[in-house]
Amino acid sequence: MSIRLENVFYRYLEGTPMETTALTDVSLEIQDGEFVAIIGATGSGKSTLIQHFNGLLLPTSGRVWVDGVDLTAKGTQLRAIRQKVGMVFQYPEHQLFGETVLEDVGFGPRNAGLPEEEVVERVRRALAYVGLDFEELKDQSPFELSGGQKRRVAIAGVLAMEPGTLILDEPTAGLDPKGREEILDEICAIKRERGITVILVTHSMEDAARLAERLIVLNRGRIALDGTPVEVFRQAETLKELGLGLPQVTELMHELKSMGWAVNTDILTVEEAEEEILRVMGGQR
Amino acid sequence: MRFRDLTIGQHIPGDSVVHRLDPRTKIIGTALLITLLFTVDGFLGYLLAALAIAAVIHLSELPWRFVLRGLRPLLMILLLTVGLNIFLTEGEVVFRFLFLTVTREGIARGLMMGTRLVLLIVGTSLLTLTTSPIQLTDGIESLLGPFRRIGVPAHELAMMMTIALRFIPTLLDETEKIMKAQMARGADFQSGGLMQRAKNLVPLLVPLFVSAFRRADELAIAMEARGYRGGQGRTKFRELRFGRIDAVALSVAVAFTVVVGVFF
Repeated sequence: MSIRLENVFYRYLEGTPMETTALTDVSLEIQDGEFVAIIGATGSGKSTLIQHFNGLLLPTSGRVWVDGVDLTAKGTQLRAIRQKVGMVFQYPEHQLFGETVLEDVGFGPRNAGLPEEEVVERVRRALAYVGLDFEELKDQSPFELSGGQKRRVAIAGVLAMEPGTLILDEPTAGLDPKGREEILDEICAIKRERGITVILVTHSMEDAARLAERLIVLNRGRIALDGTPVEVFRQAETLKELGLGLPQVTELMHELKSMGWAVNTDILTVEEAEEEILRVMGGQR
Repeated sequence: MRFRDLTIGQHIPGDSVVHRLDPRTKIIGTALLITLLFTVDGFLGYLLAALAIAAVIHLSELPWRFVLRGLRPLLMILLLTVGLNIFLTEGEVVFRFLFLTVTREGIARGLMMGTRLVLLIVGTSLLTLTTSPIQLTDGIESLLGPFRRIGVPAHELAMMMTIALRFIPTLLDETEKIMKAQMARGADFQSGGLMQRAKNLVPLLVPLFVSAFRRADELAIAMEARGYRGGQGRTKFRELRFGRIDAVALSVAVAFTVVVGVFF
């Protein structure tokens, strides 16, 4: 399920003195099954951009296609699109409302008009994806769970619609390191098993480098860089100018290089770095 | 959203004479205007009141278009009031149409009520347009001060108003965010019958209440952490000053109200 944007502009409060342009001439295409990370400084337009992917916002000018359907055309069934493109907002636990976990997670599938048995089955599957036990939690109030569990239940609420594309806006914000790790692992597992497209908005260069196949860097509502993590992180200077940085290991490799070691700086994970350093040190050990 | 049209409660910063008046002067002036509009009976009185409001708008240097736009969201109420008065007042019949009867007295009353409403809305919105919420609550607190002795919690009331005003935009933002999140899960806030629509609001209202309580809790803790203990012995960064233009403005307002109120 591909997403395509063509010359998209978006302005908030158009026609008032407070008018601000949030997106300027954005064109991009996201292919079926890609894992894309969107990075950019605060206020660079990330949240505005992703809301165009499922028609929560429609461009002021320009066009958006999801799965070949033109969202900007009159009479497009946006609700159908939103079943296909799932969106997990920042702090998704703030949207919990159900009396029970089952009711809350089943909200999406029930809105899609699925029969009750199918809804229950989907809730069971969705909870399993985020590492929660259906039998144990289904009748509990979501408000009595711990912070990390609330976050998972809320994410399960989107997964239960079984969307072909999953958009996550900083899904790990405010979690402890273990919780972050687990949620990201679960997202990767879902992607592997179901072959869905994942679009992740993140402030963590490490996560972007480690998980994504493609990075889109936004700056003041424009696409500044777009490429594989290696390609993007080669542009260390540009990234710094945009208020972003490099993953710590990549930074380290740059340091080593400036100290005269002949290391390759296209390195994004600790494992790669270890291998590279050992290779360069070679016989000297 | 429709909220944006509502000029009542909105503040347009500026540096005109009206903006610089002490908020207490403006509050008393508005109270006088309201009293006047309810005592005046006859078109000449309304005309004078309208001229006075026009003079204040002119002095405030606000764009006319903007001030008058505040009437738009209330147009329905306005039409309803005028309509009901025209059709339901008994008296000398001018003409009949089907079951509707229009009387001379009805037309007069309808127009009068309409004028009164328009002047009330425009006049009172001038207060909030030219006075920032903080000044406004400072003014109310100061005006309520004398009643503290009989147990009116003036400072607490003013603080509550400040907080309420401060959180209107925050809650609007929050509403929009939650609506979007639930729409992303296929929620529908636009269609269905009345009962269905009310039921559809549950996924919006529950999280909104939860977040309002959470914010209240956090704000209370933040205030206590900064040593807030109510109004006792609290000094102000911005002191209210009743200056010469206030004296002049207030005298003119009182004189105008008395003269117009008594003679028209």
